[in-house]
Amino acid sequence: MDNIRRKIREFGMPRIIIIAFIFVILIGAMLEGQDMAALISDSLVRVGQNMILALAMLPAILVGAGLNMGLAIGIVCGLLAGLLSIQWGLMSWSGILMACLLALVFGSIVGVGYGKLLNLVRGSEMLIGNYLGSSVVYLMCMFWFAAPFTNPTIIWPMGGTGVRTTVPVSEYYEKVFNRFLAFKIGGVTIPTGLFLFVFLMCFLVYLFTKSKSGITLRVVGNNPSYAAMFGVNVNRARLIGIALSTALGSLGIVVYAQSYGFYQTYEGPLTMAFTPMAAILLGGATMRSVKIRHVIIGTFLIQTLLTTALPVSNQLFPESNLSEVFRIIISNGIILYALSQAGGNEK
Amino acid sequence: MRKIQKFFVSNAVPLLFTIICIIGVFFSGTPISTILADLVNRFDRNSLLVLSLIIPVTCGMGMNFGIVLGAMCGQLGLITVTILKMSGISAILMAALFGSLAAVLCGFLSGKILNRTKGQEMITSMIVGYFSNGIYQFIFLFAIGGIIKVNSDIILTGGVGIKNTVALDSMQYALDNLNIFGLNTRVNLFTGVFFFAAFFLVVLLISSLIHKNWTRRRLAELVICAVLMAASPIAAKVPQLLVANLLIRIPIPTFLLVILVCYLIQKFMKTKLGQDMRAVGHDRQVAAAAGINVNRVRIISVIISTVIAAWGQVIFYQNLGTMDAYYGHEKVGTFCVAAILIGGASVKKATIGQAILGTVLFHLLFTVSPLAAQHIFNNSMVGGYFRMTLCYAVIAVALMLHVWETRAKARDLQSQVSQAIR
Repeated sequence: MDNIRRKIREFGMPRIIIIAFIFVILIGAMLEGQDMAALISDSLVRVGQNMILALAMLPAILVGAGLNMGLAIGIVCGLLAGLLSIQWGLMSWSGILMACLLALVFGSIVGVGYGKLLNLVRGSEMLIGNYLGSSVVYLMCMFWFAAPFTNPTIIWPMGGTGVRTTVPVSEYYEKVFNRFLAFKIGGVTIPTGLFLFVFLMCFLVYLFTKSKSGITLRVVGNNPSYAAMFGVNVNRARLIGIALSTALGSLGIVVYAQSYGFYQTYEGPLTMAFTPMAAILLGGATMRSVKIRHVIIGTFLIQTLLTTALPVSNQLFPESNLSEVFRIIISNGIILYALSQAGGNEK
Repeated sequence: MRKIQKFFVSNAVPLLFTIICIIGVFFSGTPISTILADLVNRFDRNSLLVLSLIIPVTCGMGMNFGIVLGAMCGQLGLITVTILKMSGISAILMAALFGSLAAVLCGFLSGKILNRTKGQEMITSMIVGYFSNGIYQFIFLFAIGGIIKVNSDIILTGGVGIKNTVALDSMQYALDNLNIFGLNTRVNLFTGVFFFAAFFLVVLLISSLIHKNWTRRRLAELVICAVLMAASPIAAKVPQLLVANLLIRIPIPTFLLVILVCYLIQKFMKTKLGQDMRAVGHDRQVAAAAGINVNRVRIISVIISTVIAAWGQVIFYQNLGTMDAYYGHEKVGTFCVAAILIGGASVKKATIGQAILGTVLFHLLFTVSPLAAQHIFNNSMVGGYFRMTLCYAVIAVALMLHVWETRAKARDLQSQVSQAIR
């Protein structure tokens, strides 16, 4: 009995609940006669498009900065990169690759600055990151308003200047990754290109964590004073982790947008960080330790859950946003659970 | 000279924001009386919410972003009384009662969670707010009508969930303009000034007579009250001030309630429990060693904070008259924390004066920034974004300063210890 209990604890209560939930929803969907093939295809696309954002959480946890609540900073960099590629009228592959490249460049540069700030406030990164992130999002709102873009896809149809709240990528590079080598099995579309790219990124980050500098980051995250004793430059290691996190967040939003079909500007990035955070925690990461498989498992679980819940909830409450409410409760519930586990029972 | 320098250094944040506000007022191109009228309304709506932050700070838990929970409880009370078709002051009182009951429960649960995450209270209380926002939306979008059948105008036409905006016409100004023997209590500016000058004059006189306190400062306060009392009827007669007098409405009962809450907070801090809270805030280990039940004290402080926030939200909407059922509470935590920080408070120390000053400055900035942006950039949206940027940046900077201070102190201590060892 104790053995089973220990096994369950190792596997993690939240994951058991969520997996049970997914099963209930899938059975519900089947009973309702939903198009299961379409549901699974949608889930796969959602998993792919969100995984890099969850991956972006990894380096920050690795260096002991906790969840990167300021992911929005990376996201606005990605938005800027994406909009620039559209502004220049780059189509298809050249467009998406340019956007990715610019996103990584902007993300790294801004990430270094952000990392320097977070280095000054070690121990409160999450809280301060959150407010810095929100602040930057609103600062960029002012920028979007006055930005000198001229491409009619980007600016308001009648206003003249200023970026739209949603910028469609449909004429440029919508679903370029998704369609690459895509094939169908029994009605389920597999977005091969998207998965190839996403897993390539995961693999690169995996290689990085196994490299010498990656191991340094892990040591710094586990015990900074121990690392410092061995002559590791703790601040530099943390800077690398946070900058990498920001750059991945920046890349993540470009990949997200090419699949989703829109760049969401203005206040869009504000809430983007919460689902990836929940994903990586659900995958089994804690505030102190994290592995690539946590990213992959977590994104699969949470995105499948959210995608399958949508049509089922629409059936129950037509024209409602139950699934959105659902998303808020689940992702924040998971984060709250992780926080309460990490805090311990210090008197 | 030293004194002046010290004053400027220790009040740098409020002074900076006063300057920004003055610039904003100058560029807004709006008459001072209009701005003041708006400011009085905003102060009326928000002061209790900001005051609710003080006690957890004293208890060492930092800014309680979880007052969002209290705000939700207040809205729960208001929705309940609307469904029960109550109106007037009785509705407001019942709403406050229902809200308080819910707030005690929510505060207790939130306190329990915060006790599990000592040292990370602020981020946890923020996530608690987001999480309970989800639960709140679930209750009012789906459970009402979906699970609990309710018959009311505020239910959506489909029969499930309540409407986005709930009209509270029947209870607007019910507290602000409380009808006492046919007398209106939401009065024009100079009547309000006269009333409060008289009120403070009497209160201070009585307190001085009891405590035999006749210091120079107290005498000055008495003279100011008397002068204001004498000047306000004269000012009311001046034709240039007529517009201001009629435009600015002072809600006497609400302001009296705010004063009462301030007084109670101050008295509470002098009780045994209040002293325990101070001790816990100062050093948890020492307090625990002295036999204080740290967890219990912390839970009580969160409960008090949540209940005051619930009242605050009820007052907010009785002034506004229409309730934004789903988004009205969302930013309460952020705005109130920004306000108290602008007033000069820190994560470690917050006083009533800072809360009041912060509310005034923050909402003055909130009123004038869209107008000022309209004049400077020809666009009011920029002002909206500007004030949000500022709001979040203020919180971020204040938290950073707090971390630096704590670190510097720790370093000092370390060097002292190492010197002592040597």
